[in-house]
Amino acid sequence: MKTGTRGDLSALFSDRASLSFLALLAGVAFVVPVLNVAVPETSPLHLSSYVVGLIGKYLCYAILALAVDLIWGFCGILSLGHAVFFALGGYAMGMYLMRQIGTRGVYGHSVLPDFMVFLNWTELPWFWYGFDRFWFALVMVALVPAALAFVFGWLAFRSRVTGVYLSIMTQALSYALLLAFFRNDMGFGGNNGFTDFKDLLGFDLQSDSTRSALLAATAATLAASYGACWMIVGSRAGRVFRSIRDAESRTRFLGYRVESYKLWLFVFSAVLAGVAGALYVPQVGIINPSEFEPINSIEVVIWVSVGGRGTLYGAAAGAILVNYLKTYFTAALPDLWLYALGAIFIGVTLFLPRGLAGLVPAANRVE
Amino acid sequence: MISGEWRPLWLLLAGCFLGFSVSVQAQTDDDGFRAIVAEFGDANFREKESIVERLIDTGHASAGTVLTALLEERFFFRQEDQQAFIVESTDESLSVYALVDPVSLEDAGSVEPNQLSRVITNNRLRRFLRITIARFTLSSPDADIRVDAVKQMLRSLDAASIELLRDRSAEETDSTVLYEIDTALALAALDGDDVGARIAAVNTLADRLSPVVYNRLSALLERDEDGRFIEGDDDVRLAAAETVRRIDTARNFYSVIETAFFGLSLGSVLALVAIGLTITFGVMGVINLAHGELLMLGAYTTYVVQLAMPDHIDVSILVAIPAAFIVAGTAGVLIERTIIRFLYGRPLETLLATFGVSLVLQQFVRSVFSANNRPVVTPSWMSGTLQFNEAFSLTYNRLYIVLFALIVFAILLVILKRTRLGLDIRAVSQNRLMARAMGVRSEWVDAMTFGLGAGIAGVAGVALSQLTNVGPNLGQSYIIDSFLVVVFGGVGNIWGTLIGGMSLGIITKVLEPFAGAVLGKILVLVGVILFIQRRPRGLFPQTGRAAEGV
Repeated sequence: MKTGTRGDLSALFSDRASLSFLALLAGVAFVVPVLNVAVPETSPLHLSSYVVGLIGKYLCYAILALAVDLIWGFCGILSLGHAVFFALGGYAMGMYLMRQIGTRGVYGHSVLPDFMVFLNWTELPWFWYGFDRFWFALVMVALVPAALAFVFGWLAFRSRVTGVYLSIMTQALSYALLLAFFRNDMGFGGNNGFTDFKDLLGFDLQSDSTRSALLAATAATLAASYGACWMIVGSRAGRVFRSIRDAESRTRFLGYRVESYKLWLFVFSAVLAGVAGALYVPQVGIINPSEFEPINSIEVVIWVSVGGRGTLYGAAAGAILVNYLKTYFTAALPDLWLYALGAIFIGVTLFLPRGLAGLVPAANRVE
Repeated sequence: MISGEWRPLWLLLAGCFLGFSVSVQAQTDDDGFRAIVAEFGDANFREKESIVERLIDTGHASAGTVLTALLEERFFFRQEDQQAFIVESTDESLSVYALVDPVSLEDAGSVEPNQLSRVITNNRLRRFLRITIARFTLSSPDADIRVDAVKQMLRSLDAASIELLRDRSAEETDSTVLYEIDTALALAALDGDDVGARIAAVNTLADRLSPVVYNRLSALLERDEDGRFIEGDDDVRLAAAETVRRIDTARNFYSVIETAFFGLSLGSVLALVAIGLTITFGVMGVINLAHGELLMLGAYTTYVVQLAMPDHIDVSILVAIPAAFIVAGTAGVLIERTIIRFLYGRPLETLLATFGVSLVLQQFVRSVFSANNRPVVTPSWMSGTLQFNEAFSLTYNRLYIVLFALIVFAILLVILKRTRLGLDIRAVSQNRLMARAMGVRSEWVDAMTFGLGAGIAGVAGVALSQLTNVGPNLGQSYIIDSFLVVVFGGVGNIWGTLIGGMSLGIITKVLEPFAGAVLGKILVLVGVILFIQRRPRGLFPQTGRAAEGV
């Protein structure tokens, strides 16, 4: 194992699997926008805006999968509530986008979003202040998931809630937030959520060039996240994380503060998920409470396990692959989609315990 | 006057009774009855009274219905042929009225309202009708009908009905009926002039829980706009205040019991859906995300059994219980043999595989039964309410759910504590290796345990089919609740599951009035999350070696 140099970014580029993943990503980030914007629509090489949006969505999911893989694959924390952080990041971005609509809404109110006017609210709730500024929204995209993860993690890890108990608690958390965000008086648009966004930093969200730029930004964020996760996993702390995963009590007996390690990794992972959500919302154009559905969080775990738990590229590839299959099946064979998805999960857990990444030769694997 | 809200009910009751009481008399011919009914067409009010009396005297089965319709101004003549008809409803939103023949009481088509002319009544005639109907109802041989009649009458007392009740109380022998008549007479006495009688009336009403009594007494305590008491007499007011306080106490007491019962019935549902899970979770360390779909299979089995025996709906549910156990149990054993046994010791992977199973089962049900909800009929013996008094009643289906949960729990307890299978299950759950060393076939025990847990989920599904929609998403809506109950009660402990389920049920129902259903649920979820911080292994943690790591 090349552990000596791992954690150093230059080592990232000597890891073949990671390198091919990043190269592929760079290719996508460059080629897809070109094929969409520069190639004329009549050309067979032209990519429609729909496909660009889909690819952007997949890349967001890949970031979310990285976040889950980081804590599950490397630290043994199975969160079945990561869609919560994803959705919170998405809501923070959605609030900015709602404020950007301004007087172009149906009711044309300069400050209040449409749904507040509809509910006869007269002023902006305090927690909406500041979301008219992009930098503030960006801070919140990271801060809100981080704060929730910190509180939840602090409570859970300190009390040594582990294993399936923790998984079920995260499910309960996402269910509670799902119910909460469905309420109109929460001030987040109730079950309709936010939609009808107009522009981001002054760029029209409907235009092809904005979409391409968002795709490139997502790809860049994915690459950066990948690098960050790589560094964390390869660092000294990364080894502690893996030892927590494999033998939590022993790690504690060796003198490591297990709960602190877990907590900070959990918070970082939540921030990553929040960022993914923030990139997701402007590309799909809507955010509503269904993003909190407990089943969404379970799906993320499934992407990771299909791709290969404990390998970063595996997680990202799993997210993209499963979602591509989902898009294909739901359009082509809607009745068979659930059978196929169910069969994939059963098959992968039974026959590919290391996921698809397990098919990669062992020498290139990050364990 | 009878208040508008209650009038239809009262008259319906009266109408039913009249129909019943006269039908036992000798049948007169329909033509004679029809001829008398036709006389309403051009009679004046005084003549109408005598027509009413003659109608009653015929003893015809439809007399009650006709008089009720007359009182409710639903009795018409069709202009073109001067035929008499009863109209089912004269609601303003209706563009045509549905007609009923006054003799045969069969449907007689429909007609636009302007084609009909109404048989007009005046106050005097209506009073006469009401008293006539009440008198007959009060002389019913059935005490229950008499009680209901008095209860309806005391909502709107007038001089004639008080007179009627006073006469009746002299000859009445049934204590329940007398009790209600006393209530009515006391309410009437409140309006009198004699202070002593009024105070006595207030005291008589002290143990009455009916809202009518409560509102009447509360009215005695109100003040007018200038802040003066409407009730002039201090003694009456003080007695009323004391009585209202006592009724309040009693009503609060019953509402606490009712909340507790609602909580228990919700808790029974929670315990029922979770109890199968706790077995598989506790014994095998397997998170079975397909548990919800096993519930769903049980519910669909109920539906299929009802389809198979449409003429015996009342017993179908008793057939459905073992059927659901077998269907879901078989599915459980199949899942265990084909998937889960390859994944032991990897609980998180099991979670993914069983999630896959749940998707397949959902789609399976969609393919076979379509995505729409299926109608499951509630057997007649499960509908209705058990009325204790005016402030307290229990619905039978909730009552049966509580009973059912307790029975399932007791059977499970017997299986676990008194049978060879139970012994093996406990041995494997406490120490798998040691159990194997002692010759327990742990693989077989695993399959049976999973089958048992799944079968009980199926049985719980039968209960759910009576409570919610039977559709492909039934399982998903219960899976999180089930897990919470298991985690709250302590994994692998069926007592913990029962107590955990009941506690969560009661807490939810206690919170609901203050916080609303959704916020109450959120509070419970957050509460459980915080509770787990204090007791990471639930209310009743597993002890012994099995407690090391799940």
